[in-house]
Amino acid sequence: MITAIQTDNTTTATPAAYTASELLTVVSCRLLQGKRRVFAGIGLPTLAVALAQKSSSPDIEQVYESGVCGAHPPRLPETIADASLATGAEAILTMPVLFGYVLQGGWIDVGFLGAAQIDRFGSLNTSVIGPWEEPIVRLPGSGGAVEVMSNSHEVFVVLRRHNLTSFVNELDFCTSPSLRAARLAAPKVPTRGLGVSTVITDLGVLKADNTGELCLASVHEGVTVEQVQAATGWPLKLMEHITVTAAPTAEELRLLREDIDPTRVYLR
Amino acid sequence: MTSKEASLHDAIAEFVADGDVVALEGFTHLIPFAAGHEIIRQRKRDLTLVRMTPDIIADQLVGAGCVSKLIFAFMGNSSVGSLYAVRRAIEAGSVSPIDIEEYSHYGLLARYQAGASGIPFMPIRSYAGSALTDINPNIKKITSPFDDESEIYVVPPLNPDVAIIHAQRADRSGNIQSWGILGPQQEVAFAARKTIAIVEEIVDDDVIRSDPNRTIIPGFVVDAVVESKYGAHPSFAQGYYDRDNDFYRSWSAISRDPEKLRQWIQEWIFDTEGHAGYLNKLGEGYFEPLIPVPHMSTPVNYGSVR
Repeated sequence: MITAIQTDNTTTATPAAYTASELLTVVSCRLLQGKRRVFAGIGLPTLAVALAQKSSSPDIEQVYESGVCGAHPPRLPETIADASLATGAEAILTMPVLFGYVLQGGWIDVGFLGAAQIDRFGSLNTSVIGPWEEPIVRLPGSGGAVEVMSNSHEVFVVLRRHNLTSFVNELDFCTSPSLRAARLAAPKVPTRGLGVSTVITDLGVLKADNTGELCLASVHEGVTVEQVQAATGWPLKLMEHITVTAAPTAEELRLLREDIDPTRVYLR
Repeated sequence: MTSKEASLHDAIAEFVADGDVVALEGFTHLIPFAAGHEIIRQRKRDLTLVRMTPDIIADQLVGAGCVSKLIFAFMGNSSVGSLYAVRRAIEAGSVSPIDIEEYSHYGLLARYQAGASGIPFMPIRSYAGSALTDINPNIKKITSPFDDESEIYVVPPLNPDVAIIHAQRADRSGNIQSWGILGPQQEVAFAARKTIAIVEEIVDDDVIRSDPNRTIIPGFVVDAVVESKYGAHPSFAQGYYDRDNDFYRSWSAISRDPEKLRQWIQEWIFDTEGHAGYLNKLGEGYFEPLIPVPHMSTPVNYGSVR
């Protein structure tokens, strides 16, 4: 049973009045409340941090994999190493400092990651569909994802399409292991933080329980619990109280559309 | 100091040999495209290409048949497409013309750091539970010599035969100054046996000496310094020209079709005969919309003797 709890009484928009990307951005932004330093790539996470800075969390800081901290870009960056991120930034760190001191040193509160596949405990595959030696599709690989997973205090995963292709019982390849997978495989290797605490999708939000298992915590308006379970490749457990996502407010949408991404680079 | 200035042709001819381990570095910013094109023009073969982020330059080198092995951490064309020549090769599976060796970013960076430091391995806090440890025998777990209860993963040094990097400016002795996003250029230059640096401009010694903290690689590490304006195109050089995003967006359509890719390499690399020819083909005024508005740093005062 869904226990729908509408937590936000401000002016909200109807589903037709916003896009899936806008909803995912707003949901991500709200989950960032109280966080200080966020490691995020280009796309929806960048928008979510920008929205948080302009609304609930003015002091939140974004760190880019390119080493840029405190970016003040005059236009939306197209890549994580865009020229506009460097101009006027508060700092540009070298790579050993970024990976060694910032990430391994434990300075990142929330790391944002994406993936082609995710499993029940939040392990991620970004390397290959099919066997590694005989790939059906070769994917980009880890990049810094393994490091973000190992070193952030918690990880948010954003997946635009919640379906059986991406939410799998068994990964084709475990590029970035969940905290649980790391501890099982190498119990004497130091770990940090919570691993994947939150997964934000086009259907709802999954949160890790105290064993690290991802469970359904909320559904977006018009989505049923059964629909999310059917789109998940493992028997998806439910949190005790499942909420319905509060729709984006008129102000959140105005900030996104007029201030943050007026040419809709990422708000596809 | 003796001048290390060389032409792009001569630097590649002298320092890159068939079968070499060649690192081309640059993290989205300052990718040494002109040097990659010259490697293709000189028909170098059987190279092990090392690059943290293989992108279009890797697609071109693989498509041109220069590469037999790729060592990498992230392959892709940012969010605007895929590397179809690289993928065609890898997705051929057991009959693939290239071998691959896969890391995460810090895994490969740590290999440069170990190589640059002359140490047998570098520990990093990654890889527990990752399948990368199953397919890459260079990622190994060791017990801490200080605490039997603690283990950590390590990677071995990587010392490429040659590192090729791009930067904004240098003097004739090869003191390299760079700013903006720095990538792993310093680490790879110290790790490699030989380093070729391509720069937007070779400047007078006084310019370099006016800001010594800006020097990321001292001249003694550099074997050849090449002036090649716009040599990072279609990537960018902070303060000189912006990224040619239209080119990046157009790449998938070229590389998806092997015949189109072959034609592109013929037309833009072989037929242009050199970087000057490549710029001529782009045409006069091509870079105008890519030149940024100046945004100067405030000079710092190093002081001098009274």
